[in-house]
Amino acid sequence: MKILDNLFYSKNDEWVKIEGNKATLGISDYAQDALSDIVFVDISVSVGEELVSQQNIGSVESVKAAADIYTPVEGKVTAINQAMIDNPEGLNSDPYDKGWLLELSNDAGFDTEGLMDAAAYKKYIDERG
Amino acid sequence: MRNNSEPTIFDLSSVGRNGYQLPESDVRGSEFPTEFAREDLAFPELSEQDVVRHYSRLSALNYHVDKGLYPLGSCTMKYNPKISEKTARLDGFTQLHPLQPTETVQGALFLIYDLQHILSEISGFTACSLVPAAGAQGEFCGVKMIAAHHAYKKQHQRKVMLIPDSAHGTNPATSAMCGYECMPVKTDSRGNIDLEDLASKCNKELAGIMITLPNTLGLFDENILKATAMVHKSGGLVYGDGANMNALLGIAWLSDLGFDVMHYNLHKTFSTPHGGGGPGAGAVCCNRLLEPYLPGPICEMIEEGTKDEPPFYGLYSPERTIGMVKAFYGHFTVLVRAYTYLRVLGANGLRRVAEYAALNANYLMQALKKTYPLPYDRTCIHEFVLDIKWEDAPDIRALDVAKRLMDFGYHPPTNYFPLIVHESLMIEPTETENKRTLDEFIEAMNSIAEDARHAPEMLRKAPSETPFGRMDEVKAARDLKLTA
Repeated sequence: MKILDNLFYSKNDEWVKIEGNKATLGISDYAQDALSDIVFVDISVSVGEELVSQQNIGSVESVKAAADIYTPVEGKVTAINQAMIDNPEGLNSDPYDKGWLLELSNDAGFDTEGLMDAAAYKKYIDERG
Repeated sequence: MRNNSEPTIFDLSSVGRNGYQLPESDVRGSEFPTEFAREDLAFPELSEQDVVRHYSRLSALNYHVDKGLYPLGSCTMKYNPKISEKTARLDGFTQLHPLQPTETVQGALFLIYDLQHILSEISGFTACSLVPAAGAQGEFCGVKMIAAHHAYKKQHQRKVMLIPDSAHGTNPATSAMCGYECMPVKTDSRGNIDLEDLASKCNKELAGIMITLPNTLGLFDENILKATAMVHKSGGLVYGDGANMNALLGIAWLSDLGFDVMHYNLHKTFSTPHGGGGPGAGAVCCNRLLEPYLPGPICEMIEEGTKDEPPFYGLYSPERTIGMVKAFYGHFTVLVRAYTYLRVLGANGLRRVAEYAALNANYLMQALKKTYPLPYDRTCIHEFVLDIKWEDAPDIRALDVAKRLMDFGYHPPTNYFPLIVHESLMIEPTETENKRTLDEFIEAMNSIAEDARHAPEMLRKAPSETPFGRMDEVKAARDLKLTA
C-alpha cells in the first residue's frame, strides 16, 4: 500500500497536500484498493464555494460500494479535477498525483489538527487489517 | 463447453408467425386509427410452441432454491414448503374481490386477524399491520410512525436518525425518504454497537436509531440493552430491522430488548417466495406508544363470538395513522403462505427454526474458519462473514471465490456486504439445509481455497462451467448503454 510522506490523511481515507495557502485533496491508495474498480465520481461542490472542514464534497462509486468524500480541511474551492469525473479509473491507477479531486485555498493557512501524518496513517491502516 | 446458445426471443421471430387463428369475422371491422400506429415497435412474432420452448430452455438455466443451496447472506433463502403454495391457491382465497362486503369474507379477515396476532406475539409487541408490500416499505412505515409520533409531540427538532455501520443498506435510504439526516454509529472490535460513539450522538436532536438484530455480521449485539436505553433516555425511539428475525424466533422478544417498532420480511423468515417467485410482505409490529400510527387497514374483532355464532371481524385504520401505503390489504396470498407456514410449524417448531438456523451457520463457520479468514471470530447466530484476504494469495478477492462457487453448482453468497468487512463473503445456510449439503459446500469451499494458492487463474477466470462466463462489471458500469 502506497502512503506518501508529504501528505496528511483523514480517518475517512482522504489525503491532503498542503503547500502554503494551497491545498490539494483526494482519496488514499488504501481507499481506492478497498473500493476496487471505481466507475463513477461525483463532485457536488463548485469552484468558488467556501467549504468547512468535514463537509461532504461528493462521492465515489465502485463495482463494490459507494463512499462519500469529505474535505479534511477548510477552504475555498479553486479547482476541480474534471479528468477524474470523465475517467474515474484514474483514481485507481494514480490516486495521489493525477487522481487529485479538489484544490482549495485558504489565506489563513490550513489547520491540520486531527489529521494523521504518513506514519500515523500507516499504523491506522495496519490496525484496521 | 458452454451451453449459452439460446437466442433472444427477438432473434427467433419471423414475420407473420403467431400463436392463434381467429375465425372469419361476421361483424364489420373498423380501421385501426392511423395516428396510434407505430412503425418503430418490433414485437417478436412466434408460434405458441416457439415461445414455450424458448422460456422453458431459459428457465432450465435458472438457479433457485428448489435446485440447490442458496447461501445468500441476509436473504434467508430457505426452502419454501409446497403446502403453502397449495393453501394460497384455494378458491376461497383466490376468488375473493377486495371490495366484497366484509360479512362475505370473514374467513380471509380471520386469517389477517390471527396473523397480526401471531406476528405481534413473536416479537412481543401489541399491534401489527400486514399492509406493507415488502421489507423496504415496512421500514418506511416504521420510521414514518416514529416521525409521526415526534410530530404529534411537537418534537420538531428531532431530525437525526442513527444507523450502525453494520446495519442493512436500506436503513439509510429509509431514513432519508422520511426526511431524516442519517448519522452512522461505529461498530466495536467485537462487532457490537460502539457505545462510546453512540453516547456522543445521543442528544435532543435524536429522532431514533435503526438497529438490525442480529446485525449483518450475524452477531447478537451484546450491548443491545444499553444501546436502546441510551437512545430512549435522550428521547429517541428504536426501530428494529427484522430482516434477520429467523435467528430470534421463539428465543427473544424485540420488545424486551428495548425496540419500539419493527418489520418482518415474510418472504425471508416465514418462507414465502422471494423476488420473481412472488411479491414480498413487510408486516410492521409495534408497542402501545406507536400503535395509533400504524398504516391501515387493520383487522379487528368487532363482535366476540358465542357458543353458536363465530366472532365477527372488520377493518379499521388507527386514529393517527400514517395513512394507506398500498391498495387494499397488502399482498394477501403471500400472507396466506406465511400463515400456513406458521400454523404448520407451531410455536415449538418456530423455535427449532431459529435453533437449526444458528446450528447450521455455526457448523459452517467452524469448518470454514480453518481455511478462510474470519474477522469477527465469535459464535454467530444465523449467518457469518468471511474476509477473503489471504497473505499467500493476495490477488484473490471475495468476488473470485463467489464466482468460482458457481462452477460447483452453488448460488454465490452475498459479497461486499456488510461494508465494514472489505472483502466480505456473507454466508447464511438457513435451517432447511441438512448436514450432507453443508459438508458438500465445505468441501467445495476448501477446494477453492486450495486453488487460490495453486491455480489462482481458475478463480480469476471463474465461472467457467456456467452458460456465460464472468461479466465485465466495470465496463457495464462505466459504459452505460441505455438504448437499443
